[in-house]
Amino acid sequence: MPRRDDLQSILVIGSGPIVIGQACEFDYSGTQACRVLREEGYRVILANSNPATIMTDPATADRTYIEPLDPEVLTAIIEKERPDALLPTLGGQTALNLTMELVELGVLERFGVEVIGARPEAITTAEDRDRFKSAMEDIGLEVPRSGFAHSLQEAEDIATEIGFPIMVRPSFILGGKGTGIAEDAAHFGQLAAEGLAASPVGQILVEQSIAGWKEFELEVMRDAADNCVVVCSIENFDPMGVHTGDSITVAPAQTLTDVEYQAMRDDAFACLRRVGVETGGSNVQFAVEPTTGRRVIIEMNPRVSRSSALASKATGFPIAKIAARLAVGYLLNEIPNDITKATPASFEPTIDYVVTKIPRWAFEKLPGADGRLGTRMQSVGEVMAIGRTFCESLQKALRSLEQGRAGLNADPAEAALDEVPLEELVQRIAVATPERIFELEATLRRGVAVDEVVDRTGIDPWFVRQLARIVAERARIAAAPALGPADFRRAKRLGFSDAQLAYLRGATPADMRATRLSHGVRATFKTVDTCAAEFEAFTPYHYATYEEEDEVRPSERARVIILGSGPNRIGQGIEFDYCCVHASMTLRDAGYETVMINCNPETVSTDYDTSDRLYFEPLTDEDVANVLDAELAAGGSVKGIIVSLGGQTPLKLAGALPPELVLGTSPASIDLAEDRERWNMLCHELGIPQPPGGTATTTPEALAVAGKVGYPVLLRPSYVLGGRAMEIVYDDEGVRRVMQSMTTGALAREGGVTADRPVLVDRFLEDAVEVDVDAVRDDTGEVLIAGVMEHVEEAGVHSGDSACALPPQTLRPEVVDELERHTRALAESLDVRGLINVQFAVKDGQVYVLEANPRASRTVPFVAKATGVPLAMVASRVMVGQTLADLRREGLLRPDVIGRVPVLDHVSVKEAVLPFDRFPGVDTLLGPEMRSTGEVMGIDTTFGLAFAKSQMAAGTRLPDTGTVFLSLADRDKPAGLEVARTFSGLGFAIAATLGTAGYLRSEGLLVDTLVAKVGEEGVASDAVELIAQGKVQLVVNTPRGLGPRADGQHIRTASVTHKVPCLTTLAAARAAAAGIADARSHPLQVRPLQDLHPAPFGTSQ
Amino acid sequence: MSAGVSGSGGDRPPALLVTADGTVFTGEAAGAPVAVATGELVFNTAMSGYQEVITDPSYAGQLIAFTSTHIGNYGTNAADDEAATPHCRGIVVCDLADEPSNWRATEGLEPFLRRHGIPALTGVDTRRLARHVRRAGAVPCAFGTAPEAELRAAAAAAVGTDGLDLVTGVTTNEVQVHPATGPGADATAGLRIVAYDFGVKTTMVQLLTTLGTVTVVPAGTAADEVLALEPDGVFLSNGPGDPAALPGPTAAIADLVGRVPVFGICLGHQLLATALGGSTYKLPFGHHGANHPVQRLETGVVEITSQNHNYAVAAGSIPDAETTHVNLNDGVVEGFRALKAPAFSVQYHPEAAPGPHDARYLFGAFRELMLAHPTRAVGSAGVR
Ligand SMILES: Nc1ncnc2c1ncn2[C@@H]1O[C@H](COP(=O)(O)OP(=O)(O)O)[C@@H](O)[C@H]1O
Ligand SMILES: Nc1ncnc2c1ncn2[C@@H]1O[C@H](COP(=O)(O)OP(=O)(O)O)[C@@H](O)[C@H]1O
Ligand SMILES: [Mg+2]
Ligand SMILES: [Mg+2]
Repeated sequence: MPRRDDLQSILVIGSGPIVIGQACEFDYSGTQACRVLREEGYRVILANSNPATIMTDPATADRTYIEPLDPEVLTAIIEKERPDALLPTLGGQTALNLTMELVELGVLERFGVEVIGARPEAITTAEDRDRFKSAMEDIGLEVPRSGFAHSLQEAEDIATEIGFPIMVRPSFILGGKGTGIAEDAAHFGQLAAEGLAASPVGQILVEQSIAGWKEFELEVMRDAADNCVVVCSIENFDPMGVHTGDSITVAPAQTLTDVEYQAMRDDAFACLRRVGVETGGSNVQFAVEPTTGRRVIIEMNPRVSRSSALASKATGFPIAKIAARLAVGYLLNEIPNDITKATPASFEPTIDYVVTKIPRWAFEKLPGADGRLGTRMQSVGEVMAIGRTFCESLQKALRSLEQGRAGLNADPAEAALDEVPLEELVQRIAVATPERIFELEATLRRGVAVDEVVDRTGIDPWFVRQLARIVAERARIAAAPALGPADFRRAKRLGFSDAQLAYLRGATPADMRATRLSHGVRATFKTVDTCAAEFEAFTPYHYATYEEEDEVRPSERARVIILGSGPNRIGQGIEFDYCCVHASMTLRDAGYETVMINCNPETVSTDYDTSDRLYFEPLTDEDVANVLDAELAAGGSVKGIIVSLGGQTPLKLAGALPPELVLGTSPASIDLAEDRERWNMLCHELGIPQPPGGTATTTPEALAVAGKVGYPVLLRPSYVLGGRAMEIVYDDEGVRRVMQSMTTGALAREGGVTADRPVLVDRFLEDAVEVDVDAVRDDTGEVLIAGVMEHVEEAGVHSGDSACALPPQTLRPEVVDELERHTRALAESLDVRGLINVQFAVKDGQVYVLEANPRASRTVPFVAKATGVPLAMVASRVMVGQTLADLRREGLLRPDVIGRVPVLDHVSVKEAVLPFDRFPGVDTLLGPEMRSTGEVMGIDTTFGLAFAKSQMAAGTRLPDTGTVFLSLADRDKPAGLEVARTFSGLGFAIAATLGTAGYLRSEGLLVDTLVAKVGEEGVASDAVELIAQGKVQLVVNTPRGLGPRADGQHIRTASVTHKVPCLTTLAAARAAAAGIADARSHPLQVRPLQDLHPAPFGTSQ
Repeated sequence: MSAGVSGSGGDRPPALLVTADGTVFTGEAAGAPVAVATGELVFNTAMSGYQEVITDPSYAGQLIAFTSTHIGNYGTNAADDEAATPHCRGIVVCDLADEPSNWRATEGLEPFLRRHGIPALTGVDTRRLARHVRRAGAVPCAFGTAPEAELRAAAAAAVGTDGLDLVTGVTTNEVQVHPATGPGADATAGLRIVAYDFGVKTTMVQLLTTLGTVTVVPAGTAADEVLALEPDGVFLSNGPGDPAALPGPTAAIADLVGRVPVFGICLGHQLLATALGGSTYKLPFGHHGANHPVQRLETGVVEITSQNHNYAVAAGSIPDAETTHVNLNDGVVEGFRALKAPAFSVQYHPEAAPGPHDARYLFGAFRELMLAHPTRAVGSAGVR
């Protein structure tokens, strides 16, 4: 069947903000889908609220709506664009659920929109666990014993029937949210209640626990002619009980006989057919009992998933691209395999290497979260590594994580485990945590037998033995009198890094590398080709190993190497991948051959056709040096290396690179901006005020500085990102406490406090307005101020966690001029070539500079979407020597974009999305430590409307009527009064805690409900109860300015659990009131980027 | 610790592989110890099923290189043998597992190899080797612990499979009868199948017994001896080597076609083609894997197939036959049926083992063919 000609336009729904369980894999899949559909000549309409994506580039679709993913908004888009079809299977659970809502609301029927890719019935059959289980039993597939409950009572009845251990899982949820395994009735009751609340349909599955069984996933595709293929088999290193998203996983499956594998394959296809997935990719999960081979089916996702992204990168088979083609009528055998060109896509990739994925968690940023892994996913990102052996890919993956590890221990950080007594270690490995893999190595190294480790962990013996091989090799390396070629080759083939060898030999990595090379042991690059070399491959998608043949092709062209940003994590997310991808696109347009190095399988940057060459490698000195050697050997010329677009990751590597090859701002300037002393001096010379402050290495010193600048002060270790470990303290006691935790405790291990890594002590500016400025400067010294963003929350809330508006809303013009002036001055004196981001705090009209980052910042994509200036592309061109004038001539920049971006007729608001709903017990209060996982964008004609949209996009729809509950810190009360007045003016009832209520009443405002805080006796009703009973529609809770900021935590926690919007700053409350007011006077409007910005907008299409 | 590319740390003797065209690959000797092993080098790209591959008699005379990294992980077990003993000359792997990990395993792969006298080479850059074979074709080669010069000489002297009758070495020498089994055994008890053993795989016989009683006969059995057994159908098995080197069986098949329904697989397919007047040729490096897309022209549906052959049937070379299946990778004829007689065959392996089960319907098709063309009044009565 060829392309469907009865369709002209197709609506694609994205997955919205990056949240745990839905990361940038859906930018990758969505972008691929949009491109393919346009190639096929369809008019593509895209809806996605996430500005930090390639998908939402105006060049990716014909009509790009950066709007909230909400039925009302989608209806407006459909009404305006009248698409013929909707493709819901490439935007994750979000797109799938939204589509189901639109079906139920009859919207699709009303506008005659056909759902392609997966029929609604199929979606329900797969997603509703009840339906799914009976469907599987219909076709004779075994599922774990279970029953469904809609009430606690029901749940307990089923539990008594099945017996413990029991696992609880809510229906229609993603990432295992609200799921867990209960060993006893008490724990069960609690889990069941939680699950019932978490499920949008108030239904939970009460299921026999098969924790400890082997877990597998098959990535399968089916076309309209019922052709089915398995793209990839994935085996979990961590057995059942740890969410696949939180498990170390390996491809291909390693421990199944062909008999078992083929039976599993048959089951997967039977499942697809029964569920009724007509076309596209699906993911089917199985559990296998290790002692009997008994196989049960766990679930299937009738859509492209996180694992499909992994499978695509692991095999070179572009699942999303092909799923999109299948959705518009093509058959697998009608689609060519990009890589071999000669063969069709109707085959099963076979791989001649091993792929390991390891998740990346962020527990250190979420005090209060217990670090155990379970059936609910908690990781914020992941890395993938390719090696010829499992050991090699495992160790490469571990050093890809960028947590200061050189591989599976054999590095300084392993000391932490040496202190742990063996008995405790043996206890620990039974519990899955991010540290377990390292504990496993230490346990084996200390002589515990493989079998005992297997018994305690349920991890397959084959995997444990592989770890034991690494342990044995380590001993051999440590013991060898000297390392000869054979030793190096053996160690390298097991994935040991030069850093590990150096650690074991008491040498430096550089020496190790030199000796190794002198023995002729160097990295060889193999190709990912889907066919294990059976056919010639045309895509230079490489990985390093240590064998006999190198496959890197020679090239005569000038090349630019782009260092990617590694795993997604809090503080460094998809924004930086966006920048790297834009660099690749635009430099290809400029005639360079681009070379990408990255290790994050979720991203667009690791798509094999984003760059001319892709090296799927860890971002470490050694691995990057290997690629550089290979590229230098490949002929042509290496124009340079881009290190300033991938966040901290590539910056950390800049020092080890040949300086003449580093493109853009010099590493020296970047250091200057990071080095406290020199930075202060620079600001002083330029006459740019900074918050008063100083540095300290001891508590007395810190107290002295604090005394000098006055409380409150902000303390933080130098050289940290994302506000890591920053604390605001209000008195000497606080200073002592923080200094204590930084010199000892966990932080000490992260580097601690030394003369060259002092603690920074700054005056904390209260109630200051924070501002971000993004600019780009070229060789001629021309500076373009691309965006001035005024934060909604006051300084003190990390820039990454606060909402911000572009253009600024309350700053006086002369202040904005001053901000721009300072930015230009800093760019000038840092001799910036490319991007610079400067953060300011404005207090009582006085401007202070907080920090400058002469590199791509988190806000670059937001600025680009808001202004229509393709900032990252412009910066990339500037880094290879083009001037802004050149780019205006070429059309990459609009002719009127000189000095600053001309006034816009719309307001854009960026809002951060926080992961609190997944970490019960973690305080939702915002602070100087960044904790958001993603961001959304709201665009509209007024600030209020844009803010309201941004809140809706972030999942907290502002109420239009009802009760606003205020609980304010004393210093917020005067300002709070005016906010409360606005709300009651808008017809809201007011509830307030005793103190707040007293103040409001004394000022003559009517307070309808008195609320007690915990511990307060009396007639007043209880805060948590009010929230739980849904008697409150909006919560405004600001912490007391002095003392523990955790005050009022129970109110915030209750709001999270009962999904009541909770604003923790007055600024946000003010913005919300404005939004609600404006929304009343303006009907909902949706506008595509293509209408907002006069073309041309940077494009490589 | 363990073996192979990275584990052994030199507790295995270093060894080399040298191809007839003089290319050298390094590795370590494993399995049965030999100074020099020779054979025709082929690579197999399947990611599971090494035991079925090693015990497939069609590999007689060949050295098998596995492109998949870790070989031996799940050990071996009697149930997965495709023949009583392996007939390949040796195996070449990147990383040979030390101990097995699987509930079905009864023996590790290496002890299994030793027990059967099969040498192995581990720690090899098997991707480089596959790329070499892709360019140079299935070349003769030698591997072992002997000095390079000796291996060079052995490789140069080693012969390929062209023109060789390798079947005689693997076929059974006495007739074996396998009673009907499995679901519907009674219903089909009446059917009698005579299976030519050119190197037949156990799984083929098993699947045939689900259709009826199976009498396995030696490759040299004459047509009249077969007819004397009053078969409802004759099955032509897979087997090693060059079909052109087997005039005897070809003649016998020519006699049988038209007198009894015939179903052939792999070598059996090539022999049926030759018997019908078609011709065969040698592919550069053959098809050895479990992921080849084959289109069934009748329905257009694509099957993912298990393949193992170096020779193929020349398209359009057979009079009075139509092609039924085509390989979508390279257009090779994967199946045909005779137009004037009840006979059909496929080049690939519908019995799988190892590989996908997509094409097992072909055994049902054989059953239908036998029912549609009764060769005797009695016996098959029970079937209708
Ligand atoms: N019956 C069970 N017993 C033990 N663990 C289970 C069971 N079912 C699922 N799990 C674990 O929970 C994880 C999440 O379950 P899954 O059905 O995949 O939900 P999700 O939609 O979150 O992926 C699985 O990866 C598996 O490790
Ligand atoms: N002196 C200060 N007064 C008030 N807030 C501050 C001050 N210094 C930093 N902050 C707050 O801390 C956040 C993080 O500080 P910053 O220097 O930007 O660290 P990072 O490098 O992690 O972005 C800022 O976004 C700002 O909100
Ligand atoms: Mg799952
Ligand atoms: Mg900052």
